[in-house]
Amino acid sequence: MGERIHQLGSDLQRALESVLQGLDVEHDEVTLTVKPGDLDEVMRQLRDTPQFGFEQLVDLSGVDYLEYGVGEWSTHGATSAGFSRGAEKASFGRFTFDDPPQVRALENPRFAVVYHLLSVSCNQRLRVRVFCEDDELPMVPSVHHIWASADWYEREAFDLYGIIFEGHPDLRRILTDYGFTGHPFRKDFPLVGHVEVRYDPEQKRVIYQPVSIEPRITVPKVIRDDYRFESGKSQENDA
Amino acid sequence: MPELRNYTMNFGPQHPAAHGVLRLVLEMEGEVVQRADPHIGLLHRATEKLAESKPYNHSIGYMDRLDYVSMMCNEHVYVLAIEKLVGLEVPVRAQYIRVMFDEITRILNHLLWLGAHALDIGAMTVFLYAFREREDLMDCYEAVSGARMHATYYRPGGVHRDLPAQMPKYAESRWHDKKDVARLNRARTGSLLDFIEDFTQRFPGCVDEYETLLTENRIWKQRTVDIGIVSPERALQLGFTGPMLRGSGVEWDLRRKQPYEVYEHLDFQVPVGVNGDCYDRYLVRIEEMRQSNEIIRQCVDWLRAHPGPVMVDNHKISPPARTQMKMGMEELIHHFKLFTEGYCLPQGEVYCAIEHPKGEMGIYLVSDGANKPYRLKIRAPGFAHLAALDEMSRGHMLADVVAIIGTQDIVFGEIDR
Repeated sequence: MGERIHQLGSDLQRALESVLQGLDVEHDEVTLTVKPGDLDEVMRQLRDTPQFGFEQLVDLSGVDYLEYGVGEWSTHGATSAGFSRGAEKASFGRFTFDDPPQVRALENPRFAVVYHLLSVSCNQRLRVRVFCEDDELPMVPSVHHIWASADWYEREAFDLYGIIFEGHPDLRRILTDYGFTGHPFRKDFPLVGHVEVRYDPEQKRVIYQPVSIEPRITVPKVIRDDYRFESGKSQENDA
Repeated sequence: MPELRNYTMNFGPQHPAAHGVLRLVLEMEGEVVQRADPHIGLLHRATEKLAESKPYNHSIGYMDRLDYVSMMCNEHVYVLAIEKLVGLEVPVRAQYIRVMFDEITRILNHLLWLGAHALDIGAMTVFLYAFREREDLMDCYEAVSGARMHATYYRPGGVHRDLPAQMPKYAESRWHDKKDVARLNRARTGSLLDFIEDFTQRFPGCVDEYETLLTENRIWKQRTVDIGIVSPERALQLGFTGPMLRGSGVEWDLRRKQPYEVYEHLDFQVPVGVNGDCYDRYLVRIEEMRQSNEIIRQCVDWLRAHPGPVMVDNHKISPPARTQMKMGMEELIHHFKLFTEGYCLPQGEVYCAIEHPKGEMGIYLVSDGANKPYRLKIRAPGFAHLAALDEMSRGHMLADVVAIIGTQDIVFGEIDR
């Protein structure tokens, strides 16, 4: 398996040299990074070149890198703060709409779209990542005309992350409620949301009102870089 | 003469043939569907976002509730993704147990699909037959995990506990007299494996019964043959996987092509359709049940001969036994850390996929080194299938839409997530 993956990696490197921003091989998976401008051409090539043969777009997902690598409880050295008391209002499980956390300035673009391709004829997989150049108005070209399955996946990424797919014929919301505002999977969208629905017996209809529940996530996000699974790690080093 | 015009029809979300909460806006010309626009999301629970706010192990239970007809398979892909990112080697016995329960789950799923699909098209009896067998398989779930549906049985590093040596028995009650109880307990005198083996001996006969009712049935064939035809090229374009893809004649099964766990050591066939219509997909799924039965039988034989651990002995990821925890300081610390903070995965990303009863179920997991996933994307097979409903139902009669929804094996837990 590992050999074939590296073979695929070097083939891709050769074929797409001029447009690649990055190519990683990790966990037996190949990841390409390309610019939004080159996406259309790269995807066509991946589908139509027989040695790649990626006939299927298996998955498409948006990713918001806003708080990537930001922990809530740090234990470098002895801590005076208890595990639960040490939790700051940093993650979306702990804030409401009125009091958003300090947004960290990112070096990389904030939004990315990740495509997972599958080749049935060559029995191989590939991941392609595109970073959206503008954080305020994230936009990438649609691949709807290359793979029909992209239709709903792009609608989903638009709905949940607000990523706009240029050239998509019918970019509507898909999972959220009719008339929903905001993009709920963004990291600055609180977990509890901002409205709740209930039936109002006086007005005799279902009404929307501001949420009445408190955000409450009991386990803070902890990042450990002393990564402890030595058994798995040492195997990788030996190989 | 009045002018003829298209009209728009609303189907669901509260319709028995909508398999849950599908709202379908149909543009009709007389009885013929011009355009179908499924409105989904009525069961959207933001599982992915919830998982991002919790330590890894807390989300296993959410996975059960995705496709709530094939619970353990959903857990399986989630724990596999975690194990892949860590590089964790699972004990072989645990792998066999997982495969066995995956196949039990496949039969559970296909039985519900068969019953519901036949019921939609007007065959009542199959539903009752299918639920008779489902009951036994649910009992297996209960015996091994304590829950009949949402088992939370698979854990990163193995399975929660070994198979029970004793199958629970029925007791006499107002609803079951002595004769009933004796009949129900006939196969329950031994261990869970004995019970499952007994099931695998009975089950091919049960499948024959369903086939007697349907396969050559004139009404069944009129309702399914040449309905919702998808060519192999279109099936790939539309992101079909699993029985939907195989029904169109593409031989693609992850258990065979990209084997995980111990599937490469097991002997089974992959059925493939010819015409890509509802009838072929029906035949594919029926044959899959027979093949699953064979796989279960092989797993039972192996599991009888090979006792051993079912969980890795790495307390950084799996909790120590309770007796050890009460006695040892080290174990107590491990226990405390695992149940308060959980475990941190290394930075990185993986995509992991299994052959779920409905198709390819995948988890795309991004970790930034924390005790919670940074991004968890669930690739649900039904999402791509339902997206193709428009194309599949165009030009068909209204009643055929029901057959097409049935053949897609739609479950909203996984589509809306």
